[in-house]
Amino acid sequence: MTAGSVALEGVTKRYGSETVVADVSVTIAPGEFFTLLGPSGSGKTTTLSMLAGFVVPDEGRVMLSGQDMTRVPPRGRGLGMVFQNYAIFPHLNVAENVAFPLTVKRAPKAEIARRVADAMAMVKLEGFEGRYARQLSGGQQQRVALARAIVAHPPVVLMDEPLGALDKNLRYHMQVEIKEISRRLGMTVIYVTHDQEEALTMSDRIAIMNRGRIAQMGPPREVYEKPDSSFVAAFLGEANLLKARRDGNAVAGPGGTRIDAGAGALGASDGLLFVRPEKVSIAAGGADGAPNTLPGQVRHASFLGNIVRYQVEVAEGATVLCDTANGAGAALHAPGDPVRLSWRAEDSRLLAA
Amino acid sequence: MPVRIPTAWLLLAPALLLLAGLFLFPIGWFLHASISELGTWSEILTEAEDVLLSGAISRSLVTTGWIGVVVTLLVLVIGYPMSYALSRARGWVFTAILLCIVLPYFTSTIVRTYAWMVLLGRNGLINQILLGLGLVGEPVNLLYNRTGVIIGMTYVLLPYMVLTLFAAMKAVDPRLMQAAEGMGASPAQVFRKVFMPLTLHGVVAGVLITFILAIGFFVTPALMGGPSDVMIAMLIEREVEITQNWPSAALMTIVLLVVTLALYAVYSRFAEPGEAVR
Repeated sequence: MTAGSVALEGVTKRYGSETVVADVSVTIAPGEFFTLLGPSGSGKTTTLSMLAGFVVPDEGRVMLSGQDMTRVPPRGRGLGMVFQNYAIFPHLNVAENVAFPLTVKRAPKAEIARRVADAMAMVKLEGFEGRYARQLSGGQQQRVALARAIVAHPPVVLMDEPLGALDKNLRYHMQVEIKEISRRLGMTVIYVTHDQEEALTMSDRIAIMNRGRIAQMGPPREVYEKPDSSFVAAFLGEANLLKARRDGNAVAGPGGTRIDAGAGALGASDGLLFVRPEKVSIAAGGADGAPNTLPGQVRHASFLGNIVRYQVEVAEGATVLCDTANGAGAALHAPGDPVRLSWRAEDSRLLAA
Repeated sequence: MPVRIPTAWLLLAPALLLLAGLFLFPIGWFLHASISELGTWSEILTEAEDVLLSGAISRSLVTTGWIGVVVTLLVLVIGYPMSYALSRARGWVFTAILLCIVLPYFTSTIVRTYAWMVLLGRNGLINQILLGLGLVGEPVNLLYNRTGVIIGMTYVLLPYMVLTLFAAMKAVDPRLMQAAEGMGASPAQVFRKVFMPLTLHGVVAGVLITFILAIGFFVTPALMGGPSDVMIAMLIEREVEITQNWPSAALMTIVLLVVTLALYAVYSRFAEPGEAVR
């Protein structure tokens, strides 16, 4: 296998009786931007720690660039790392911090100077060489951490919630920059986050973790639009999950309304009908008997600027969220208005409850 | 909660009064009364020169400094790994180590010194063990000499060093060490390039506080030392109690006080975490 490939083979980690990571297998291609996404306690950080070498798995193998690294200590793995709290050494200045991975390898002075200058330029931190961490803003500290992770040109860089401490604007900015740098250096990035938007923006592929297992893995659009489980559906953004029964080729939704479901993952008879709020169209007026249509009444309309989010009560007290773009000449529905909701069958899925 | 300045002074008032009444006033009175006996300033200076350059006193100053340095270094060498163990320990192990360090700290120095005398004497436990194992042919002199003083003082002063270092080590974010390891540092490099520099201010503070306390020691060298182990505090006591040469005692007191305050001034800079970490 080529440099920069990463693989986990049936990796399991237990702490006492608790299994934190259960039989996780992943193959990541060189140059891929791969994200581990999940709520806290889902095992994503433990998985990253096993890749880094801080934690040794109880079962399974960790392969880096085709070599078995399961039991190799962190310093033998040659990875770049960005830590959640940045872990910038307070007693070293910015240049010394960035140089750290090279100094511990006893690289020649001239090479260190050249590579540090390159890395500093890449994260746009020229002129900050002599500063100390406490003299830097959060965004600048983040850049130092990033420069330090890439200074030795590692084939694989691990990033543990690197943008968690930044405010929203800066976070977006850094997402773009990290993505840009990783592409330019052709490095494999394994990125841990609990922020689904960040995962969708940056990743080539996302693995959504839940209770130590990978719930689903795939490109952002696929996992967002075709979730295999209600967990994935609900974790990645807003989702309508309506109680439904199978009824021949269709399903019976709230009030027994027949709805075509897309190619769902459901074999059982009962489940949840999944559809994203932005895939739901809303129109004024009551039931008209058209297929895939649910009559309802607007409960609440939230004006969010570029979109308007409606909470519509349909039969059996169920609520459907519907996002509409606040486009040119868009008319708003008021609470109490009778409306019709509809969506394309292929935008919905029937999932196990 | 920030406290307003006048309130802060009010809260400090009892302690300040106590310090002024029981320390500053008596020492000031003692120094003034003793030294004014000597006459004019030039006479005082002549006397000071005579006293401080006299054989007994300069020998004692050298002895005091030497014992202070040796004890401080020993305490550092023993205390650093001990503090490290304490800073990494969890649960009952932590409590056990801490108790071992703090319990003696709360015991009177005299009691501890006598305990050491029992252990170190010619027929003491240590000599019996050494003889029993055949490591020595005759009892080793561990008491009433420099060795005894150094053993006793090292033991008494160890908690000050350990607790000072512990505070500094506890403040080091363990994630920094993990990060260093992740970036390719060997355990020795993690220690040398991260842990040690980050605990250096604690080392400086611990060394200063130990040395300050060591040069003022009285009980331990008096009980465990020999005739040549006269430290400055013992000499001051001798001048006051036996020869009743108060001016001489006062001059030595000033020397000790000035050295102590100067070192303390340095210490207070390093004891403030965050100040010393550049």
